[in-house]
Amino acid sequence: MGLRRFIVKRVLLTIPILFGVSIVTFGMVHLTPGDPIDVLVSFNPDVGPAEEAALRERYGYDLPVWEQYLRWIGNVLQGDLGPVITRSGVSVNDVIMSRLPETIVLGLFGWVFALVIAIPTGIYAAVNKDDLGDHVSRFVALSGISIPNFWLGLMLILFGALVFNIWPVLPPRKGLLSLDTLWFLVMPGITIGTASASTLMRIMRSSMAEELNKEYVTAARAKGLPERTVILKHVLRNSLISVTTVAAFLTANIVAGSVVVEVVFSWPGLGREFVQAITSREVNLILAITLFTGVALVLANLLADIVYAMLDPRIRYD
Amino acid sequence: MSTQRGRIQISGFDTEQVTEREPLSDWTAGGTGGGTEGRWHRAWRQFKSNRTAMIGLSVVAIMVVLTTFARPVEIAGITVQPISLAPFEPQKSLFLEPGSNAGAYDPPSLTHPMGTDASGRDMFSRVMVGGRASISIGFVVVFITAGFGLVYGAVAGYYGGWVDEVMMRIVDTVFAFPALVLALVIIAILGGGYWQLVAAFAFPGWAGYARLIRGEILSVKQNQYVTAAQALGARDRSVIFRHIVPNAIAPLIVQASLSIGTVVIGVAALGFLGLGFPPGTPEWGTMLDATRETLIQGPGGSIPWWATVFPGGAIFIFVMAMNMIGDGVNDALDAQSNVDVEQGGGN
Repeated sequence: MGLRRFIVKRVLLTIPILFGVSIVTFGMVHLTPGDPIDVLVSFNPDVGPAEEAALRERYGYDLPVWEQYLRWIGNVLQGDLGPVITRSGVSVNDVIMSRLPETIVLGLFGWVFALVIAIPTGIYAAVNKDDLGDHVSRFVALSGISIPNFWLGLMLILFGALVFNIWPVLPPRKGLLSLDTLWFLVMPGITIGTASASTLMRIMRSSMAEELNKEYVTAARAKGLPERTVILKHVLRNSLISVTTVAAFLTANIVAGSVVVEVVFSWPGLGREFVQAITSREVNLILAITLFTGVALVLANLLADIVYAMLDPRIRYD
Repeated sequence: MSTQRGRIQISGFDTEQVTEREPLSDWTAGGTGGGTEGRWHRAWRQFKSNRTAMIGLSVVAIMVVLTTFARPVEIAGITVQPISLAPFEPQKSLFLEPGSNAGAYDPPSLTHPMGTDASGRDMFSRVMVGGRASISIGFVVVFITAGFGLVYGAVAGYYGGWVDEVMMRIVDTVFAFPALVLALVIIAILGGGYWQLVAAFAFPGWAGYARLIRGEILSVKQNQYVTAAQALGARDRSVIFRHIVPNAIAPLIVQASLSIGTVVIGVAALGFLGLGFPPGTPEWGTMLDATRETLIQGPGGSIPWWATVFPGGAIFIFVMAMNMIGDGVNDALDAQSNVDVEQGGGN
C-alpha cells in the first residue's frame, strides 16, 4: 500500500469516529437533568410559564432529541457553537476563541518540558543500563507518574511562590507572551508536563534498550563507528519511532492535565472554563469543550499514525 | 489457517462418549490445570523476590488497614468494623470543644502530629480516614472495568468480522476523550457522591482493557489447541473462557494493577475540583481543595504547609506503592518472555 492510499484510508476511518464522538458528547450532555432554560429561569424568578415555553421553542429545546442533535451538529459544522445562556450576549465561540490560546501555550510548555527532560534521560538510562544513574532516573520517573498533578502544583505554589518567592502566586495579567507571563508559566508547565515526561522517559528507555540489542548495532560497531555515532545516529532514530506512537496518548494526558492545572494556578484557559461550566451547568459550553477535546485528540491520533507510517514503511502493510 | 473463522463441524462424534483412551497415553484426568498453575506459581515466586514490589505491597497493605480501622465502618446501619484508631473525630472542629486549646491551622505537635486545618480539625485523623473513598473506588472501578473489558474484548476478538468492526469503533469513540474529561461530564450529569464517582471512572475505563484483550485474543486464537477445541465441538463460550482467555490474561492483570493508581488520582482530582464530595468531607482531594484557597489568598502570618503536604503526600505514597506493585506484576508475568530472550542469546 502506498503512503497516499494509507493516509486516505486512515482519514476515511476517522470520519465515523468523529461522528461517534459528536453523538457521545451530545448524548451524555443531553442526559443532564434540566435544560439551559431551567437554569436561566432559576436566575429570573419572575419569568412566567408562557415565557418559559416561548424561550424553549426559540432555542429548540422542545424538539425531539434527534432533531435537536441534527440542529446542533448542523450549527457546529457551520462554526456556530451556540450562545452562553447564563451570560447574555456572549457566544460559546467568543469564550473558546479567548480561552484557547491560553490553553495551547500552557500545553506547549508542558510538551516542551516533557521532551527536553525525557529524551536525554531516556537515552542516558538505556545506555547506562543498571548503573546508579539508571536506577535514580527510573525512581524519579516512577515518582513522576505517581505524583498527583494538582498536588505537585500546590507544592510548587507553596514552596516556589510562598516560601521562596521565586514566582508570583497568581498569573500576571500582562498579555500572554510577555516575559512575566512566560516566567509564571514555568510552574504550571512543569506541573502539566511531569507525568508525560516520566511516561516518555520510560518508553524511551525501553525502546532504546531494545534497539541496542539488535544486530545492526553490532554491525555498526563492528565496522568501527564511534559509539556516539552508533547511538545518536542509528539507535536514536529508530527508537524515536516508538515515541511517535505514544505522542497522541501524551497529548490526551496534557489535555486532561490542563483542566486540573489551570484550576490550581488560576490560569484562564479552556480547562478552568470547563470546570466552571460544569458547576454552573452551562450546557452549550460543556458540549463545545467536550466535543473540542474529542475532535482534537482524534486528529492528534490521525497525525501520529501518519507520521508513524512515514517513518516506518512496514506499518502500511498491516 | 489464519483467516479461518467459525467452527469446524464434525459429525458422528460424541465427545461425551469418549471414555476409552489409548492404553499407552500418559494423559490423566487430574492434570489439566497443571500448566497454568505452574505459570502463576512461578510469577508469584518472581514477584516475591522483587524487593521494590514487596515494599509497595506492604505500604499498600498498611495504608488499607489504617484507613479501614481509622473509624468504625457501618454498612446499612450495622457496624461491621468497630475499631477506631484515629485519635479525633475527623469531622469535629476542635476549638468548639470545651477545654480544648486547639485552634485553626495549628502547626504539627504531639497531640496533632499533622497539625489542624482551617476549621480546627485534626489533620492526622482526617488523612487516615481520607483514603477510604479514593482507595476503595480505585479497586472497585478496576474490578468492574477489567471484567467488562475482558468480556467485551474477548467477544470482539473471537468473532471478528463486522461484530469486531462495530465493537472496536465504539471503543475508539470512548478512547477519543481523555478519561478525566468524560468523568467530569458524567459528574455533571449525576452529581457528586461515591457511586457516581465509580460510574464516572468506570465509563471511560473499560475501553483500554477491551482493546488489550482483543489484541491478545487475536494472537492466541491462531494456536492449534483452539482449533482442536472447536473441532471437538466445544461451545464458543467455553472456547473463549476456558481455552483462550487464560492464555491472554497476563497483560490484563498488569494493566489492572497499574490502573488502580490512576483511578485513585482521578478521584482525588475530582475531589480537588470540588465536584466529588461536599466541601469539608475528609477525603484527600477535597481536603486539598480547601487548602488551595488559603494558599492563593495569602495565608497571612505563617504558611500552613502541613494542610497541603500531608493529604497530597498520602495520595502520592499510595499511588507510588501501587505502581511499584504494578511494575513488579509486569516483570513477574513477563518472566517467560525474558527467559526466551536469554535462551535465544539476544543479550
